[in-house]
Amino acid sequence: MYKKTSKAPSRAVIALVAGLSLINGPARAGEVMVGVATNFTGAAREIGELFEKATGHEVVFSFASTGTLFTQISQGAPFEVFLAADRKRPQKAVDEGLAVAGSRFTYATGKIVLYSAYEGLVEGEATLRDGRFTRIAIANPATAPYGAAAVAALDKLGVYEAVESRLVRGNNIAQTYQFVETGNAEVGFVALSQIARRDGGSRWLIPADLYPIIAQDAVLLEEGAENPAARAFLEFLRGPQAAKVKTSFGYGTGN
Amino acid sequence: MVEMDEIWSAVRLTLALATITTLCLLVIGTPIAWWLARSRSRWRELVATLVALPLVLPPTVLGFYLLVALGPDGPGGFIAGLYGGRSLAFTFEGLVIGSVLYSMPFVVQPIRNAFEALGDRPLEAAATLRASPWAAFWTVAIPLARPGFLTGAVLGFAHTVGEFGVILMIGGNIPGETRVLSVAIYDYVESLQWKEAHLLAGGMLVFSFIVIFTMFLLEKRVARVGL
Repeated sequence: MYKKTSKAPSRAVIALVAGLSLINGPARAGEVMVGVATNFTGAAREIGELFEKATGHEVVFSFASTGTLFTQISQGAPFEVFLAADRKRPQKAVDEGLAVAGSRFTYATGKIVLYSAYEGLVEGEATLRDGRFTRIAIANPATAPYGAAAVAALDKLGVYEAVESRLVRGNNIAQTYQFVETGNAEVGFVALSQIARRDGGSRWLIPADLYPIIAQDAVLLEEGAENPAARAFLEFLRGPQAAKVKTSFGYGTGN
Repeated sequence: MVEMDEIWSAVRLTLALATITTLCLLVIGTPIAWWLARSRSRWRELVATLVALPLVLPPTVLGFYLLVALGPDGPGGFIAGLYGGRSLAFTFEGLVIGSVLYSMPFVVQPIRNAFEALGDRPLEAAATLRASPWAAFWTVAIPLARPGFLTGAVLGFAHTVGEFGVILMIGGNIPGETRVLSVAIYDYVESLQWKEAHLLAGGMLVFSFIVIFTMFLLEKRVARVGL
């Protein structure tokens, strides 16, 4: 019987192992994987660039709705830092042993806006009361805190029943914005951060007393507990440079 | 507490969408398949490629173009305008349009294959018996191509039931209108309602198994004794 006795692994095996470690290996020191709630996309990108410049670490973002991210984290996603759009999920991550206790803090507070791609369509509360639109977009309230805030505001204004049949639900706040921007829904509740730097259309900043404050919490996940880059990123997120970016996107800085 | 109303509404909607899509595809797809099978035109491969595109395109590409095309500035908005609407996105009709495009290759290809397998002889024979081309098509080609129609219909139906990406992008997740099974499952998973998710996902698994298994059995039977 022929038996191969060579102890050295073949070149193919080495290549395979090297390839797999590229795909699956733990994040290298100096790199941090961050799961980010969609509303924070623009701000996170800019903060990420500043962070890389300031510290030399690398940051990799993954954007999805807070609910989606939490589900992924609970199933072992390789995120090291979680930037949610609410307080509930980061707290839940701590409770379930997925995140480092005591690392949670509010990195931003968000605002919702009734927005339309059409000039003059949104004129404040009256727009919701008159209901001269066929579709109104919100983010899915079950998974996206900005959607839950929109429902709360509609409720408080007493118009939820009146518009319920015309609601379309974006899978996250980015898709909600896209429904409105393409004109498929004439109006929709989006995050202020999505339109703070854009002109055009018409908008109404929803008064803060109509919905519970959208406090967005960050938390260090167990996956990144030993990664200095992860801690450095959270530190940077609290700092003055990050605060400037947040403000320019219309966020409260939370601290 | 499992919300059965919600689940049944998604099931009914999905079955309605798949049925209507399949019927549309049989009507639209048959002439296309016939032309692809019989034509000598140099445009033939071009059209065949267009029909097959959804096989390789990510659903996001189709979803994105559809969202724009169905919207108020696209042809969809124009059609919706005819009956007082302003966009075909977020409507059942919009989903049918999307599904017809997306499932087209699954229906056209088997029917085309069946037409090609006929060859010229049965039609020539019909012609010598003074059947008009139209009559020959209905009384000879279609009955002989029945297995192709069956496969196409089953695949088109099953593929539409299994559709997700396009619907997620143009549907807007409206219960009873665009919230089909696959989207409902996604929702349940994302909002951690795993009991509902298990129920629906398990149901889909059984359904898909039965559909494909039945098709294999039918194919075997057709090969043995004819339809």
